[in-house]
Amino acid sequence: MSTSALNPSTTLQGGATRQPLLSVRGVKTYYGNIIALKGVDMDVHEGEIVTLIGANGAGKSTLMMTIFGNPRAREGTITFAGRDITKMPTHEIARLSIAQSPEGRRIFPRMTVFENLQMGASMNGLAHFDQDLERVCVLFPRLKERLTQRGGTLSGGEQQMLAIARALMSRPKLLLLDEPSLGLAPLIVKQIFAIIKELNERDGMTVFLVEQNAYHALRLAHRGYVMVTGNITMSGTGKELLENPQVKAAYLEGGHH
Amino acid sequence: MNAPPIASTSAEQSAVPSRFDLRAALKDSFIAALIMLGLSIPILAYKTDQNGAQLFLTPRWGLVAIMCAIIFGLRLLQHAFMATRAARQALPDPHQATEPVHAEPSAYQRVSRFAIPFFLGIALAFPLLVYVVQGGLNESRYWVDLGILILTYVMLGWGLNIVVGLAGLLDLGYVAFYAVGAYSYALLSTTFGLSFWICLPLAGILAAFWGMILGFPVLRLRGDYLAIVTLAFGEIVRMVLINWTDLTNGGAGISSIPRATFFGLPFTADEGGFANTFGLEFNGMHRMIFLYYLILALALLTNFVTMRLRRLPIGRAWEALREDEIACRSLGINTTNTKLTAFAIGAMFGGFAGSFFAVRQGFVSPESFNFLESAIILAIVVMGGMGSQIGVAIAAVVLVGGPEMLRNLDFLKAVFGESFDPNEYRLLIFGMGMVAMMVWRPRGLISEREPSVVLKERKAISGSFVKEGHG
Repeated sequence: MSTSALNPSTTLQGGATRQPLLSVRGVKTYYGNIIALKGVDMDVHEGEIVTLIGANGAGKSTLMMTIFGNPRAREGTITFAGRDITKMPTHEIARLSIAQSPEGRRIFPRMTVFENLQMGASMNGLAHFDQDLERVCVLFPRLKERLTQRGGTLSGGEQQMLAIARALMSRPKLLLLDEPSLGLAPLIVKQIFAIIKELNERDGMTVFLVEQNAYHALRLAHRGYVMVTGNITMSGTGKELLENPQVKAAYLEGGHH
Repeated sequence: MNAPPIASTSAEQSAVPSRFDLRAALKDSFIAALIMLGLSIPILAYKTDQNGAQLFLTPRWGLVAIMCAIIFGLRLLQHAFMATRAARQALPDPHQATEPVHAEPSAYQRVSRFAIPFFLGIALAFPLLVYVVQGGLNESRYWVDLGILILTYVMLGWGLNIVVGLAGLLDLGYVAFYAVGAYSYALLSTTFGLSFWICLPLAGILAAFWGMILGFPVLRLRGDYLAIVTLAFGEIVRMVLINWTDLTNGGAGISSIPRATFFGLPFTADEGGFANTFGLEFNGMHRMIFLYYLILALALLTNFVTMRLRRLPIGRAWEALREDEIACRSLGINTTNTKLTAFAIGAMFGGFAGSFFAVRQGFVSPESFNFLESAIILAIVVMGGMGSQIGVAIAAVVLVGGPEMLRNLDFLKAVFGESFDPNEYRLLIFGMGMVAMMVWRPRGLISEREPSVVLKERKAISGSFVKEGHG
């Protein structure tokens, strides 16, 4: 199946004519001589939850990391809010208000939860730190209980919450989440997805979600992309993809977990 | 009637981690020492010497006292060890915990609360103490000299702690900055006649500059690779010092470096000297004591700056860099600048220490800046527990003062006989100590990281926080 069964800008709920917040055009990424992304096109509009699903090794995380400039795209362009960020260093991309909860969570294990959150807010100089801390504590009451505990002593689910909370501390315009459900109990996964939904609906947070858990991700997302070995093979609204027989066969077999 | 309370207290004891009760431990240790005393009266206190037909009783109360002290110390250590182990076992495994684990302050943390003022007091009063104990200025020379040596290493350890302990950049060539500082002072003062107080900041700036020079090529390296490159850097600096004879006078070194003055007053016997101005009798020890306080001040400055920086964004960025470089970048932290500042600030303190070294010795040569120095400084940092200021200070005292102290183990002669020469065994004992250290505290004396922000409970649970949420 070729790319873009439906033109994403026409299926957008409201504001169809606006520029996408994040736009990826013809991006090719290599690890040495091995091509990992074979020319990816993708858009994320403001206020959307967009998900990217695919099997292990399809290049989902590579796309996520390429958006952050590590590894750098060898061809193609990535623009964020009208600025070309393809060749920017990672920390400058982050300073444009893109936050990331990276693969493997990557919290700071020897620092306390509070210090981890401080690190998240470090780029806006702790200006509205107390306010933001309060906000994420309401969102994640579990973290509030554990502010003085070291990050490495948290459970997996709590570490995932901390990774998301830390990303939120910088007041991002775009939140990139890499497999937030990885290795977590179904109940915790539900909680985390509910929080993502709440962030989007209440605060209008734009979210780009990379997931293997296709069922949950597609139910949550406004739009979705399917990636197979470095190519986007399908795209559409979450609902469309959920009902697509190919998607069903490849990613939704074996129940809705 | 009595049974339930007893049962409940025992249940409480098993539930609550038993804390290290210092008073009870002291009491018990004292009792153990008393028992030792009682036992030693028939066994140890008198020795029978036969001289011809006569039998002499030789009292050995000194030995008894030493043995009692050893028993007391061992018993106390045993208590501390058992208490920490019990506390550790009583805490639930944090990875399995479903309830928040409030880390009980360990015996170590509790000790460190009064240990810091205690050590500081000892350090401040040290020259006075040795003056009183040794009974004279000249007699205390050895001790003040040792104090200066230890404090130099404390300062170097604290300086390197910024690079290795906080920023997590393994640096095996720290001695290069020590050398840059020492040669900066030596050359600036002998060539341009600049005073120590002008040279000190200049030496710091020059060392910081060289720290950046080292920093640039190694920005992409970590761990083993970084260690090798920094090791090479240290050797390069030493080789340049040996071979650039025109500037550094090569292996012969630079001698007759001007001595430090007491804010312009030289430590000389004649008119206008320090002793004369203050109406004291001239003594060479004045200069030594001044140097002691100088290095103490410099070391405390290092510590103060480091502690302050740890609470600032740059210090937090260093620690975050040590934990996870990729996460740092994605949080908008410029890791290039962060690494370079760590190298530069660490090197700056190395430069200060180097220029102190030059002013103290009055002579510098490349000999003093070989790899062994780097290794000792790194060992101090690693043994102290990376990132822990107090740990590094203790490790410096142990690693530098320890081998010296072991020279004075004459009391062991009483145990092993007159032919025992403690000097011969000192490195053996020291080595055993290091092995024991590796076995029991493999992550350094104080491996627990102190949070840079201490949260007040009140702040964490303000009224507006209490609201239903997910999770």
